[in-house]
Amino acid sequence: MTAVLQAQGLGKRYGKRWALRECTIDIPAGHVVGLVGHNGAGKTTLLKLASGQLEPTAGDITVLGGRPGDRPAQLARVGFVAQDTPAYAGLTVAEHLRLGARLNPRWDAAMARERIARLGLDPTQRAGKLSGGQRAQLALTLGLAKRPELLILDEPVASLDPLARREFLQGLMEATAEHEFSVVLSSHLVSDLERICDYLIVLSDSRVQVAGNVDRLLATHHRLTGPRRDPDRLPAGQHVVSGRHTDRQSTYVVRTDAPIHDPAWTVTRLSLEDLVLAYMDKPTAADRRALLEVQR
Amino acid sequence: MGEPVIEFHLDARSGVSPYLQLVQQVRHALRLGLLHEGDQLPTVKEVVAQLAINPNTVLKAYRELEHEGLVAARPGVGTFVTATLTDTSLAAHGPLRLELQRWLAKARRAGLDDESIEALFMTTFRTTAQEDIA
Repeated sequence: MTAVLQAQGLGKRYGKRWALRECTIDIPAGHVVGLVGHNGAGKTTLLKLASGQLEPTAGDITVLGGRPGDRPAQLARVGFVAQDTPAYAGLTVAEHLRLGARLNPRWDAAMARERIARLGLDPTQRAGKLSGGQRAQLALTLGLAKRPELLILDEPVASLDPLARREFLQGLMEATAEHEFSVVLSSHLVSDLERICDYLIVLSDSRVQVAGNVDRLLATHHRLTGPRRDPDRLPAGQHVVSGRHTDRQSTYVVRTDAPIHDPAWTVTRLSLEDLVLAYMDKPTAADRRALLEVQR
Repeated sequence: MGEPVIEFHLDARSGVSPYLQLVQQVRHALRLGLLHEGDQLPTVKEVVAQLAINPNTVLKAYRELEHEGLVAARPGVGTFVTATLTDTSLAAHGPLRLELQRWLAKARRAGLDDESIEALFMTTFRTTAQEDIA
């Protein structure tokens, strides 16, 4: 199966600042991929690179086997719902659908009409008069009716109330069950991602901290609590994600493929949220240097 | 096709993975006699639309139930209950509960409070489960 998104040493620099650097990922098709990270961690940059709205400064990216934004055929295969689900305030719902039909060669007019009817949206209503939830649903409808092989959504639910958020994700998941396509969406709400994503990428400090199948990530990460121990006295196969210490106690989040038999540790499973936080909390290389300098 | 026989729910705070929660809810419904042989489980699309979860989660849960011999998928139609869990285990519940009550009384006499009892039970439960796997 073709990878939905492949990046090799991908980077994007604005002036002196790298918004994304050394990004190497290989995401198989057929997943709902969650992209999570702080504001400014590089999520939007990665999504814009994937949809061809930005050109990389370094490295390569291929989406569905092609160069992002290369030709109209490639553009038709990838849908993009931008941050805060924008719509043309002066155009009616029906006019949005007509515009979608004109601009997209694979437009599914029946699906668009059916969704709008089911959502109870008035086709003659101007988009500017819609509620936040309704506007998001309109943007989602446009993205789905394009019938893309990959739908990219940048923080689609961030500004919605809990009910509208749930309804939006219900619509998105229902569509993925009905028409097989891949989804990449960014969010800083891990609780939403936990339900809908089966593949996760954690971005922090402009870098990919971890990427992988959610089941696999949860099976290979553990929290160890026990008497204080230095990280260099952990087995070689246990990769430390985060560690906290008091005088007597150590708490680690480790990644390992092997079972943990050491009786000194109390081993607990991590929730996806704990896992994400452990990676986002990870001291960056710059922090570590600063720390060493202070200690000297 | 009428109304689905059962409806799933998800507890985000339980720490149990969503797919396992679905599996457990089907098993639970079978044990309580809410689901009978021949009943149709909600379709993947229905579950996904109701809970806003990943379709693969539902597929994985249904595959697991199929593997356990509790349900069977009829391609293009749906997933149907093929077995029941009530007859075999229900009879054992009474004596087991009695033993557990005796054990709880013993634990309290030994000075354990609710939290200690729960902690003891859960750690023993987990280590035994792990030993069974190993």
